[in-house]
Amino acid sequence: MNARFEYLLRLGDDALILGQQLGLWTGHGPVLEEDIALTNIGLDQIGQARAWLTLAGKAEGAGRDEDKLAYFRDQSGFRNALLCERPNGHFGDTIVRQFLFDAYAVCLHAALSGSSDAEMAAIARKSAKESAYHLRHSRAWMVRLGDGTEESHSKVQQSLNDLLPYAGDLFHSDAVTEQAAGEGWGADPAAFRPAWDTAVDEMCAEACLTRPESVPEQVGGREGRHTEQLSFLLAEMQVLPRTYPDAQW
Amino acid sequence: MNGFGGEPLLPPIGSLHVILRIFDVLMEMDLLQRFEAYVAAEKKIEPKDWMPDAYRKTLIRQISQHAHSEIVGMLPEGNWISRAPSLKRKAILMAKVQDEAGHGLYLYSACETLGVQRDDTIEDLHSGKAKYSSIFNYPTLNWADIGAIGWLVDGAAIMNQVPICKCSYGPYARAMVRVCKEESFHQRQGFQIMMNMAGGTEDQKAMAQDAFNRWWWPSLMMFGPPDDDSPNSAQSMAWNIKRFSNDELRQKFVDLTVPQADLLGLTVPDPDLKWNEETGHYETGEIDWSEFKRVVSGHGPCNKERIEARRKAWDEGAWVREAARVHAEKRASRRADANTAAA
Amino acid sequence: MPILQPPNLSIVEKQHWPLWEIFIRSRQGLSHRHVGSLHAADAEMAVENARDVYTRRQEGASIWVVPASAITASSPDEKEVLFDPADDKVYRHPTFYDLPDEVKNM
Repeated sequence: MNARFEYLLRLGDDALILGQQLGLWTGHGPVLEEDIALTNIGLDQIGQARAWLTLAGKAEGAGRDEDKLAYFRDQSGFRNALLCERPNGHFGDTIVRQFLFDAYAVCLHAALSGSSDAEMAAIARKSAKESAYHLRHSRAWMVRLGDGTEESHSKVQQSLNDLLPYAGDLFHSDAVTEQAAGEGWGADPAAFRPAWDTAVDEMCAEACLTRPESVPEQVGGREGRHTEQLSFLLAEMQVLPRTYPDAQW
Repeated sequence: MNGFGGEPLLPPIGSLHVILRIFDVLMEMDLLQRFEAYVAAEKKIEPKDWMPDAYRKTLIRQISQHAHSEIVGMLPEGNWISRAPSLKRKAILMAKVQDEAGHGLYLYSACETLGVQRDDTIEDLHSGKAKYSSIFNYPTLNWADIGAIGWLVDGAAIMNQVPICKCSYGPYARAMVRVCKEESFHQRQGFQIMMNMAGGTEDQKAMAQDAFNRWWWPSLMMFGPPDDDSPNSAQSMAWNIKRFSNDELRQKFVDLTVPQADLLGLTVPDPDLKWNEETGHYETGEIDWSEFKRVVSGHGPCNKERIEARRKAWDEGAWVREAARVHAEKRASRRADANTAAA
Repeated sequence: MPILQPPNLSIVEKQHWPLWEIFIRSRQGLSHRHVGSLHAADAEMAVENARDVYTRRQEGASIWVVPASAITASSPDEKEVLFDPADDKVYRHPTFYDLPDEVKNM
């Protein structure tokens, strides 16, 4: 098992799937300024995905580049956390998904900025600037919606209830993360849990939201066991290169 | 006040009214003359300057139409973001469509300096009262359409837009300068896609030619009806809002683009196209203006979908906009309460 | 007997987000220049939106947002804003694309 390859796929796929989903909002946002903001975040995610997947391809050493990895893996080959593939839904669903991810991402990028792998550290440092901005954006919206109208409050409370169980996948520890942390080039995501919990609690307090009682978490993304959504998402994303495998784009 | 003999000096109310009205008209004629001289001297009109009502109205119409076009234009291209065939292409397309949102925003912002609210102009778009460029009522059917739009549609838009950088209304001119700086990247990325496809596999070549076949004529129509069929043009040109005629720009576009098609190895879908040695210009075949009229009046392939998509986004976003507004009010009143308490 | 009308919700909807005027000082600039306007519900959103809309090609810019209603104006006297390219998103810039020499004017 190539732990570095696996680890980098997780990073790349999180960013790729989120970026893909955010791209679906372009032209359909609730207000023009927010359309631009969401697309900006999506662009950052795609940029991160490209960087991580390129590095993953190098780590694998089988000649696969970012596009070969993005467009020619089947669902079971994807390593994104389940949270990322939850559907866009309405704006509240998207913002909750984004907030839960961003609060994790700032911890992740801070930790990886100290990676013993210079390339990983460089990507992490750049991504850290972006995720700090993303968190500010998603957190501010959580507060606006949670402490807005009755309608926005109940909508976003429901989103939180629905999505929180899928966030656990972000903190999944296994042999891969153990090796990554042990060898100093990666981080064990379980270590981010306390800080993430605090961030979620603080946001809930400010947004007048109730953190739902603990429910069993949905996991499996890091091992290629996904929800029904991913297959549809990939079918759309991968259609052109798979239909014309000899073409250069 | 009485004059000698006990008769009032002030004339009766009726004729006072007439005199004041005459003063008004003379003032306005003077203002109009000065306005037109100012414009003729290539000076800029700014939001707080006096302007004829018709000038204001025509600018509101043109700028808001332009803004709506940018926003609606996000949809045919936005369709292909999720299916972009490489991550680099995906990122480039996202950036391009995001730019278009930004352009819409600059233009709405320029429009608002004329005293309209953005939300009201958007309502006009959704109700069908306001128009937008008819080119965006065509569907994007394969990846090469994204190339064709960048190459042809943005190419035509650039040609329309560059002259507007010198238009008489300051905020519009400045918005266009910003837009034009960003637009050049749009055309280049489109052309690069076409080059790639036209020089690629047989399937890609076929897609490229097919896209060209469908986008060529609508792009020519982007310049508007023939000069002798354009009601708004004359006044707009007199006020330096419109700098070149529809036919002039269309000709320029054709002359520039046909050689580019040749370079790509694509066939212009116009069997009557020929080079006129004498005039030094290409002559196209007959443009089907009845199609243009059909599309402009709401019966193009995608008119309904485009407006429905915009309306849906707006309606479904109402609760979000409302929440943000209410939250801001809550914060403001909490701050006020805190200030009072602290005092 | 008069018929009671339901409340006109469109009036409530018509409470718009306020308009903000945006001023940017580029990293190498000496002063803030007016670049345009946008709508935002609050100042924080206005700053974030301004960053997204008006500085996408420029890092390190300083942003001022002012509610349009707070501005008292005589006649505006704005100059053109110059752009310094942001380093990593090079595909936004026309010079990124290699095109054959024969393709002029693009």
